[in-house]
Amino acid sequence: MSNVLVLVDHSAGTVRKTTAELLTIARRLGEPVAVFIGDGVQDALPALGQYGATKVIALTNPDLSQYLVAPKAEALQQVAAKIEPSAILISSNAEGKEIAARLAVKLDSGLITDAVDVQAGPVTTQSVFAGNFTVQSKITHGTPIITVKPNAATPEAAETSPEVEEFDVTISDAAKTARITDSKPREATGRPELTEAAIIVSGGRGTGGDFGPIEAFADSLGAAVGASRAAVDSGWYPHAYQVGQTGKTVSPQLYVAAGISGAIQHRAGMQTSKTIVAVNKDPEAPIFELVDFGVVGDLHKVLPTATEEVTKRKS
Amino acid sequence: MKIVVCAKFVPDATADRRFRSEDNTVDRAGVDGLLSELDEYAVETALTVKEAGDGGDDAVTILTVGPEQAADAVKKGLQMGADAGVHVVDDAIHGSDAVATSLILSKALAKLEADLVVFGMGSTDGGMGVVPAMVSERLGLPAVTLGSEVTVDGQTVRIRRDGDTASETIEGTLPLVLSVSDQANEPRYPSFKGIMAAKKKPVETWSLADLELTPEQVGGSSAWTEVVEVTARPPRSAGTIVTDEDGSGAAGLVEFLSTNKFL
Ligand SMILES: Cc1cc2nc3c(=O)[nH]c(=O)nc-3n(C[C@H](O)[C@H](O)[C@H](O)COP(=O)(O)OP(=O)(O)OC[C@H]3O[C@@H](n4cnc5c(N)ncnc54)[C@H](O)[C@@H]3O)c2cc1C
Ligand SMILES: Nc1ncnc2c1ncn2[C@@H]1O[C@H](COP(=O)(O)O)[C@@H](O)[C@H]1O
Repeated sequence: MSNVLVLVDHSAGTVRKTTAELLTIARRLGEPVAVFIGDGVQDALPALGQYGATKVIALTNPDLSQYLVAPKAEALQQVAAKIEPSAILISSNAEGKEIAARLAVKLDSGLITDAVDVQAGPVTTQSVFAGNFTVQSKITHGTPIITVKPNAATPEAAETSPEVEEFDVTISDAAKTARITDSKPREATGRPELTEAAIIVSGGRGTGGDFGPIEAFADSLGAAVGASRAAVDSGWYPHAYQVGQTGKTVSPQLYVAAGISGAIQHRAGMQTSKTIVAVNKDPEAPIFELVDFGVVGDLHKVLPTATEEVTKRKS
Repeated sequence: MKIVVCAKFVPDATADRRFRSEDNTVDRAGVDGLLSELDEYAVETALTVKEAGDGGDDAVTILTVGPEQAADAVKKGLQMGADAGVHVVDDAIHGSDAVATSLILSKALAKLEADLVVFGMGSTDGGMGVVPAMVSERLGLPAVTLGSEVTVDGQTVRIRRDGDTASETIEGTLPLVLSVSDQANEPRYPSFKGIMAAKKKPVETWSLADLELTPEQVGGSSAWTEVVEVTARPPRSAGTIVTDEDGSGAAGLVEFLSTNKFL
């Protein structure tokens, strides 16, 4: 069977859920070979084996972490030359997409980004134009390179005991031209990752700057917190939590929009959520066109009461 | 310094965007278009860099690849204050994917001898956000991407990038490829003076031949991805809407969540 390369998304050896999803998808296409860049491969090994990696290629060259994405693309090119994969799967985040872009040019291959599903072929599904259309596509030239969005597959375990193979890569000086000179880690909130969460509660301009009721309701449901751009631009919530065209695209089981009007750019990021709920005091707000359940009312009244009731029922 | 902004002409997001039934490509002719809003941030960045310079020979050029109507994108950039425009237009370009677009842009950028190339964070139609990295790869230039804050200090370009896990400072040396997010600035509106002045600014129209490219290298025939099926999203069925006038909104909401097993 052919090899399918999966670039492992991890932080210091802790494998992200998206990697389990990629490995699950890779098994539909061939034999998953995981490529692990950086330190901590031994910590990652159990998780990679659990989801069916047949081999783990470890790249530890320090140039790979110090500089931006160009060295990673060079490294993957060298791995691909050796493994001759039938497809390459990468997580669809900012870094993943740039690695994929460079690799597509290097390998003279077609590229599909932001797949929400990948089946044998490979045939990909993408959601386009603010989620108003889905398109199915194929890559017709070279080694298919696909970046895959979070939640594109339900991780399915398939226990293997992969071997780790150290792989030496040479990084050109040309790839070492943009460097990270400082990095301030974002504070952990203890809430689920926005793009991976099953439930999201988002607040907009209607919060008037007070995200207290949003956070409290989110916590009662075990949800992640999101924000509209209006809330982010007003400095009420960090940009990393923005949902929409220029923020995160999310597709949770339940999306609650409170004090958000439902502009097209916001819808672009949440329209494919399975169930949508809105609380808005304006009955004409476009968000109500999308909802499964809507409350016309003041979020400062509705959410705290609802939070209390949820907490009561859960205890 | 020669600053070039790559700016795309896109269908209006608030209009009824669609695909062409004959070849499943984005319908760019039948829908009103405009300069991609996300590329306005790139134009603003370029103008700010120029204005902060020593007033020497810095100039800002708008570069657009697209059909006839895409000249509007160039015009908007000129109205905002750019000095010159280049519009690459050729029938053979229709159907190009990101890989081919990046090839055309990099040939044009080489011809323009750009020192600083500024991109938006992604086009509002295709929205792959991959063209800047591809152009950097093709030209062998460093890339600092998705800047939320940009400073140019002599030959050094420094950005702040607010990523998922950290806020990073990233730097590189000119010549360089830069992309900026919609957090980078507040794009200016063209002034009346700007609109009048734009009419006299030079715009060149280049064909593929001007870039020593052949029709086979671009367009639908060279696109390495093929859309096999397009499905419009079924409209969402109308939901239940209650009002909180009598204070029962929260109870109704919790009941809905409970019935649908979210608790
Ligand atoms: C290129 C571009 C990209 C963009 N990208 C994004 C993006 O990624 N994400 C995004 O969200 N937006 C994005 N936008 C902005 C988008 O167009 C809207 O401006 C934005 O989504 C509005 O945010 P909002 O709904 O919070 O604010 P508003 O539109 O002002 O809506 C506030 C709502 O709150 C309601 N309200 C007020 N008070 C209360 C109360 N006490 N209780 C309940 N309801 C109340 C009001 O009735 C109103 O409906 C983008 C725009 C552009 C041009
Ligand atoms: N046809 C085009 N003409 C000029 N610039 C473009 C074109 N397509 C993409 N770009 C630039 O590349 C950026 C990213 O585009 P994309 O990868 O399509 O999301 C845009 O914000 C533009 O700056």
